[in-house]
This record gives sequence, C-alpha cells and structure tokens, in this order.
Amino acid sequence: MSLVSPRRGPGLDAPRSTGQRSNYELYAWLFMRISGIVLVFLVLGHLFIMNVLDGGVQRINFAFVAGRWASPFWQIWDLVMLWLAMLHGTNGLRTIINDYAERDQTRFWMKMLLYVSSGFIILLGTLVIFTFDPNIG
Amino acid sequence: MATAPVGTLYRGREGMWSWVAQRITGIAVFFFLYVHVVDTALVRVSPEAYDLVIATYKTPIVNLLEVGLVGAVLYHALNGLRVIAVDFWSKGPRYQRQMLWVILGVWVAVMIPGTYYMMIHTVEALFGSTP
Ligand code: HEM
Repeated sequence: MSLVSPRRGPGLDAPRSTGQRSNYELYAWLFMRISGIVLVFLVLGHLFIMNVLDGGVQRINFAFVAGRWASPFWQIWDLVMLWLAMLHGTNGLRTIINDYAERDQTRFWMKMLLYVSSGFIILLGTLVIFTFDPNIG
Repeated sequence: MATAPVGTLYRGREGMWSWVAQRITGIAVFFFLYVHVVDTALVRVSPEAYDLVIATYKTPIVNLLEVGLVGAVLYHALNGLRVIAVDFWSKGPRYQRQMLWVILGVWVAVMIPGTYYMMIHTVEALFGSTP
C-alpha cells in the first residue's frame, strides 16, 4: 500500500515470482476497503448510540440489551457489524503478521492462533445474538 | 522477508506516521473487540453477571479508557476513508497530505463534544457539582 514505489531491496524485486498465481490478495485488499466503508456507519453509529445518546454507558444493563435485541433491526446490525469487524480486523492482523514475523514457522503458527481465536469469537458472538433469552434470570 | 534491509520502505513524514497510527489503532481496536464480545456474552450467563461486568465500564478509569478507544476508532475510520480516497480517487494521491489535516481537524471537532458527553456523568459523580 505504499504511495511511492519502494527502493529495490532483498525480497522486494519479485515477491511472488514462484508458485501459483491467485487473486486472493487483491480480493483481501478490496474487502478491507468495502468493509471499512460499511463499518464507518455500523461502528461509529454503535459507539454514538452506546456512549453518547441519552445517558451513554450509564444506562446500559441487561434490560437495555433485552430491549434492543427484541428488534430484528438491531440484531442484524450487531450481527453484520460483528462479522465485518472481525473479518476486517483478522485480515488486518494477517497482514501485520506477514510483515513482521520473518521465520516461516513463526508466521504460520501466529496465523493459526489468529484464525482459531477469531473463529471462536465470531462463533461466540453469533451464538449470543441468536440464542439471547430475555427471561434467562 | 529479508533480514537486513538494504534501503528502507519507511519514508517518514505524514504518510508514514498516519500509516503507523492506522496500524496501532487497528490492532488496539481489534483486541478490544475480542474482550467486548466476551463481556457481552455474559448476557447468556445471567442478568447479574452482565450487569456486573458493565458496571466496570461505568467507573471513571474505564470511562476514560473508553474515550481513548472511541478516539482510536474515530482516527482509524477517518484515516481509513482517506486511504480509500488515495486509492480510488484520481486526485487522492496529490491531496493525501491535505486530507490528513482535514481528518485530524474533523477528529478534534468530534472528540471535543464527544469527550464532554461521554465523561459528563463521571465528572459530576467525582466532583459532585449540582448547579
Ligand atoms: C470504522 C471503519 C473502518 C474503516 C473505514 C477502516 C478502514 C481500513 C483501511 C482502509 C485499512 C487499510 C487496509 C490496507 O492498507 O490494505 C484498514 C486496516 C486495518 N483495520 Fe480498519 N477500518 C475500520 C474499522 C476497523 C475495525 C473496527 C477494526 C478492528 C476490529 C479494524 C482493524 C484494522 C486492522 C488491524 C488493519 C490493518 C492495519 C495495517 O495493515 O497496518 N478496522 N482499515
């Protein structure tokens, strides 16, 4: 994503000259931008509603969540926000690991750890939204 | 990746620092999101468990941290839009520096009232000024 073409240096001349070609990185790059635009509305809207609107965080409790998730609108909002933010963030972290972890082994295992923990969080969040029970207590 | 870089991709100035900040805020927000999904998941345990964890968000220190989180997300979002403009708008690269100052201006303009509304309850509770 550099704005100017890099100087020549080891590893930069032909970073993907071997192996199969695929457009995976292009789609990942595009996904970061499309998800980013959608997240502007979902995330900034979420932060504004939760932290600023009538009383902000002080008014949030179980009953507040129950009231919100009674509506499919907020369920879908939260679900889309969860998936997009997690996939966007996970792909961002994948880029960062690729940038800094130099040994193949280290890179591989850090990415495995990332994917497993992100998968767990996405699954957990999705289950919570779909199985929420306002009468649990 | 090579071990001893000859020359460097890091060029300093606004372009590099805005990217460094994009990276740091992205990582911070991502790890907060992990925590936040887990604390919200306590609604599946019991109303008491959820209300207990949410109570920590209402304490002065976490309230202040939350302002920091909002500031990080807001910067990341605004600068993200700037990066998108640089990539897709034909004049984007030429105006990348001006756009950085614009988004920083927007950031300050939003964070001043934002901090006020987020902190007002905490400040009143701490210093108890009832007019
Ligand atoms: C609110 C709207 C958001 C916008 C407009 C946005 C936009 C962007 C853009 C344009 C990039 C650069 C991608 C690239 O260089 O190829 C990026 C990177 C990133 N974003 Fe976001 N993002 C947003 C929200 C989030 C959220 C909620 C998270 C955390 C879950 C996040 C985490 C990251 C990470 C970790 C990176 C990688 C940074 C890097 O490679 O240096 N972003 N974002």
